[in-house]
Amino acid sequence: MNASVDPVITLEHVSRRYGAKVALGDVTLSIPRGGVLGLVGANGAGKTTLIKHILGLLRAQEGRVRIFGFNPVTEQVAVLQRLGYVSEDRDLPPWITVGELLRYIRSFYPAWDPDYAERLRQQLQLVATARIRTLSKGELAKAALLVALAHRPELLVLDEPSSGLDPLVRRELLEAVVRAVAEEGRTVLFSSHLLDEVARVSDRVAMLTAGRLVLHGELDAIMESHRRIVVRLKQSEPAPPRLPGTISLTGGPEEWTVICDGNVDPFIRGLRQDGGEVLEDTDATFEEIFHAYAATPTRT
Amino acid sequence: MEIRLSPSDGLPIYRQIVNQVKYLVASGRLRTGQELPPIRSLAEHLVINPNTVVHAYAELAKEGVAISRHGSGTYVAGSSTKRPSPRAATQRLAPKADSLVTDALHLNVGLEEVVELVRERHDLIKPKMKS
Repeated sequence: MNASVDPVITLEHVSRRYGAKVALGDVTLSIPRGGVLGLVGANGAGKTTLIKHILGLLRAQEGRVRIFGFNPVTEQVAVLQRLGYVSEDRDLPPWITVGELLRYIRSFYPAWDPDYAERLRQQLQLVATARIRTLSKGELAKAALLVALAHRPELLVLDEPSSGLDPLVRRELLEAVVRAVAEEGRTVLFSSHLLDEVARVSDRVAMLTAGRLVLHGELDAIMESHRRIVVRLKQSEPAPPRLPGTISLTGGPEEWTVICDGNVDPFIRGLRQDGGEVLEDTDATFEEIFHAYAATPTRT
Repeated sequence: MEIRLSPSDGLPIYRQIVNQVKYLVASGRLRTGQELPPIRSLAEHLVINPNTVVHAYAELAKEGVAISRHGSGTYVAGSSTKRPSPRAATQRLAPKADSLVTDALHLNVGLEEVVELVRERHDLIKPKMKS
């Protein structure tokens, strides 16, 4: 068994309900070692629920979760030794200092590297003697990242790490994430509703809509295959256009905007023969792709 | 090397880097033999995934714009190195010609004027490119 080839995170048909609400519906996802997976979705789409399954905080009601080959619920220690996590609320004990926090965490990790932790603290410009309760919102977020990264985890899980922060701190956090990725073999799961951030730092993206995985793949390939096409149909044609791989269709009755994924050239030739026209044909932006999938809970 | 990324662009980030490096080379701001920034420092500067820079540099090498020397960085290639075949070159230029011609037709600009414009731009850019 070659550890470097095995996926770091494997979810197989994972489902979870809260009463009648589907929090996760049959999610199958495999994340290879190295690189950043951007997890996107609207609020309530299931991003945090998915992350809680990875951390072993929730047991899959159906399906199977494996992190480094371990069951995160029954083998949580083995998983958490190799994982760093920043939650959205960044809860840290308010009464201790940054330096004390590092010394406290150190006791949990046998392979602790004090030089690395110190370098990281300096890079993030955190003062060792500063008490957590005196930190600004941005410093608190950086302290949470410091705690998550200081033990050199193989997997870094970030749940909305930059929500509510100003652009300067956001940039600092993202720089730290980029550095963390550049260090060999590290895998990052990055959940965010800021699409611009996700588009910058991710190699792969996974998108949840109402608990279902509607899109998953390499970001560059997704960007290259999705197009935004505006067509005008000839007036006698009452039905909306049917392009192969249509994700969303807006407008009408004559002019339609289509976000689609697939080879549309045969359709366009047919449309022109029928007297219709293509008004615009451009690459779809990540935001347009996101909104197209968010509008369609299940793709058929 | 000044690269600006536009998130509202539908082009993947690696493609934006490739296009801008090509422009910097064509306009003479990057010269033959000049070293491109190391992968990690460009990634940190632009705050993007290092793999995206790797992807961009690999594409630049594939298109003959840059040369990667193993373990010692990526350099701007001379325009004579690894010239693509005429057919490949035509294929790459055709979509750009299409877009130029389409715009010209919409603006009621005649073919002669378009050709003249291309000639003018060519004469402006060519002296800046070291061959």
